[in-house]
Amino acid sequence: MNNWISKIPEQIKLLAVVVTVIITAFLIVRPMLIPAGFGEQGHFRSGALNDAVAVQFKYAGKASCVECHDDMTDMLAGGYHKKLSCEVCHGPLAGHIDDPDENTPSFPRERTLCPVCHEYLSSRPTGFPQIVSQSHNSLKACISCHEPHDPVPPDVPSQCSACHGEISRSKAVSHHVDIECEFCHTTPELHKTSPRQYRPSKPQNREFCGQCHTKNSKHNTKAPRIDLATHETRYDCWQCHYPHLPEAR
Amino acid sequence: MKNSITSKRRDVLKTMAGFAASLLVPKVVRGEKASAKPFDWADDSIHYDPHDHKWGMGVDIDKCIGCGRCANACKIENDVPKEPFFFRTWVERYEVHENGETTIDCPNGAVDGFEKKSGDDDVLRSFFVPKLCNHCENPPCVQVCPVGATYQSADGVVLVDADYCLGCRYCIQACPYGARFLHPVTRTAEKCTFCYHRIVRGEEPACVEACPTEARIFGELDQKASPLHRFKRMNHIGVLKPALNTEPKVFYANLDMEVK
Ligand code: HEC
Ligand code: HEC
Ligand code: HEC
Ligand code: HEC
Ligand code: HEC
Ligand code: HEC
Ligand code: HEC
Ligand code: HEC
Repeated sequence: MNNWISKIPEQIKLLAVVVTVIITAFLIVRPMLIPAGFGEQGHFRSGALNDAVAVQFKYAGKASCVECHDDMTDMLAGGYHKKLSCEVCHGPLAGHIDDPDENTPSFPRERTLCPVCHEYLSSRPTGFPQIVSQSHNSLKACISCHEPHDPVPPDVPSQCSACHGEISRSKAVSHHVDIECEFCHTTPELHKTSPRQYRPSKPQNREFCGQCHTKNSKHNTKAPRIDLATHETRYDCWQCHYPHLPEAR
Repeated sequence: MKNSITSKRRDVLKTMAGFAASLLVPKVVRGEKASAKPFDWADDSIHYDPHDHKWGMGVDIDKCIGCGRCANACKIENDVPKEPFFFRTWVERYEVHENGETTIDCPNGAVDGFEKKSGDDDVLRSFFVPKLCNHCENPPCVQVCPVGATYQSADGVVLVDADYCLGCRYCIQACPYGARFLHPVTRTAEKCTFCYHRIVRGEEPACVEACPTEARIFGELDQKASPLHRFKRMNHIGVLKPALNTEPKVFYANLDMEVK
């Protein structure tokens, strides 16, 4: 026994002492540095989760308005704005829920809020209703013509350009300027009031464009001619020529 | 005799158990317990167990109109500093030009929406891309944090412990998506929390609440009958920087190859 210990060189013994001291110090100090609750839920202080949820709500959420304003929520649900949150227009209203009289909502009555969504931008998805506010009844507030909770054009528009402004503007400067929209799209009258339920037709085949453009067409003398049998037969015409702004070069 | 044999066996077993336990010492030293119990919330009204959830978000590029209501609502809901450059979520406008170049702009994070740009005649295609923290399954920010102040909760949400954060900015450097910033007053790292305070109480994140076109869909990833699951099923899905293997939990539909 004694032999065994005395055989260990002096410097190793010293080293062992030092290492022991370091390890002990580590074991004592480490728990002091580790915050309470560390590791209970993962490699973090579990109390941090309580901090994370301590933030106050600013937005109450649309569902919470139903209780006191069901007339408005119903109106909104039936119209084009059905997916809008009330608070996107009226501002954050968590305080209003707790005390409606103290915390009154704001009203976006001016012409500033609506264009945030509706001003024409080429980056917006096609089909999203857009206007150019400078030329769209620029002197009156939007809500004088459109009910914000159920927005529709105040009258049934007679022109396609009311809702298809971009296409109309393109066609107006194109070779097809003289062709009526309805020549290519048979449009049910109801399309102008319920555009998504009642869809206009669209040209179905190459022969449609051929009416005017095939070599021996009698239809229109001005239209440049192609040979329908040989001109790019693999594709429909509008896969290469945008019908509302056809370009050949 | 018999007794002493069994007691010896018992000793052997004890030693072995002790040895096995000693293997766990590093765990004990680190202060980690193997089993995680449901969390005891300070606010009694919360009945939410992080272990029962897995959150993600879907973003449909074809539905985004670039109104920036999400970025606006986020700033208000989370008291994000009003100045530019501090955003937890923001919207970028991409313009792919005829010469193949791509330009991106993001005026004030789109908090006030976008304005028409003049001279976009040579634009081939253009669209908006909402961005936020991707709440990666393999979050590089968590890996680099020297003190365990940025972490992943059991529901997959990546959060910051502001009390414990040193403000060393390693995580900000490490995030490949630029989703973090240093709060100018507290000097701690900040980022999107999926509005953790809302989701533990059954509400949607503020950006989702504010979106007028359902371009953002928030929900459970591990639940078959959920809008997010259906969204992932019905669309061609992409994530940002897939090559980095961060496994983002923000999924984009109709994502253009140009989006970085
Ligand atoms: C607890 C019931 C309650 C809830 C919930 C509630 N409100 Fe109200 N709200 C009221 C009352 C009462 C008034 C009238 C206050 C007044 O006239 O001073 C009011 C007024 C308003 C007004 C202004 C009407 C006016 O004529 O001045 C708006 C806008 C409004 N609320 C929007 C909302 C929205 C949006 C929500 C959901 C986030 C909501 N409210 C939730 C009770 C409620
Ligand atoms: C597109 C923006 C927008 C949305 C979305 C919206 N509002 Fe309004 N709301 C307005 C505007 C603008 C007015 C002011 C109308 C006026 O002065 O004629 C208003 C007025 C009101 C009023 C008071 C006017 C009245 O007729 O009594 C209430 C109450 C109200 N809104 C509640 C709601 C609720 C509840 C929701 C959600 C279900 C909602 N609003 C969604 C824009 C909006
Ligand atoms: C947060 C974005 C947002 C705001 C703000 C907003 N809208 Fe809308 N608006 C929409 C969406 C989304 C639709 C539905 C579009 C669709 O169905 O594709 C819509 C539809 C409409 C339509 C129907 C267009 C059609 O096709 O006939 C009108 C009109 C309209 N909004 C007017 C307004 C007015 C007026 C305001 C301001 C009081 C306003 N909007 C504010 C998002 C918004
Ligand atoms: C009240 C507004 C409105 C008016 C007026 C209107 N449209 Fe539309 N139109 C729409 C909307 C909204 C859509 C659907 C857009 C979408 O889903 O992307 C649409 C879609 C279409 C489509 C595409 C259908 C499809 O299946 O892809 C055609 C073609 C069309 N309209 C032609 C016309 C023509 C021609 C006129 C004039 C006679 C007209 N529209 C008038 C609103 C209108
Ligand atoms: C003087 C009444 C009036 C005012 C004010 C007005 N509009 Fe309109 N708006 C209309 C009419 C009428 C239409 C139908 C199309 C047309 O004839 O231009 C329409 C159509 C629209 C459409 C549908 C366009 C489409 O492509 O589907 C939107 C969106 C719209 N308006 C938004 C607004 C916004 C936003 C404002 C305020 C900046 C506003 N309007 C102000 C009368 C008005
Ligand atoms: C020369 C025939 C022609 C004329 C004139 C025409 N269109 Fe079209 N339109 C088409 C064809 C062909 C398509 C199908 C394009 C496709 O599928 O790529 C189409 C598609 C559309 C669409 C679907 C969306 C899109 O851009 O593809 C709308 C909306 C539309 N037309 C509206 C109109 C309106 C409004 C007018 C009048 C201003 C008009 N069109 C005039 C041939 C025409
Ligand atoms: C009603 C007759 C008519 C129909 C139908 C018609 N076009 Fe045309 N198109 C014309 C006329 C007329 C011109 C030439 C106008 C001019 O030169 O001023 C023309 C010009 C063109 C041009 C030449 C543009 C250029 O740069 O020289 C193309 C391409 C074209 N159309 C494609 C089509 C396609 C594709 C369709 C089917 C969707 C179609 N057209 C349907 C009458 C028609
Ligand atoms: C694969 C693409 C493609 C398709 C599909 C296609 N075109 Fe063309 N088209 C072109 C190109 C490229 C030119 C210009 C070069 C040329 O003259 O061949 C052209 C030229 C034309 C011209 C102008 C000829 C002139 O002399 O100015 C007309 C008119 C035309 N096409 C109509 C059509 C019609 C109608 C269809 C459908 C039956 C059609 N195109 C299908 C690519 C196409």
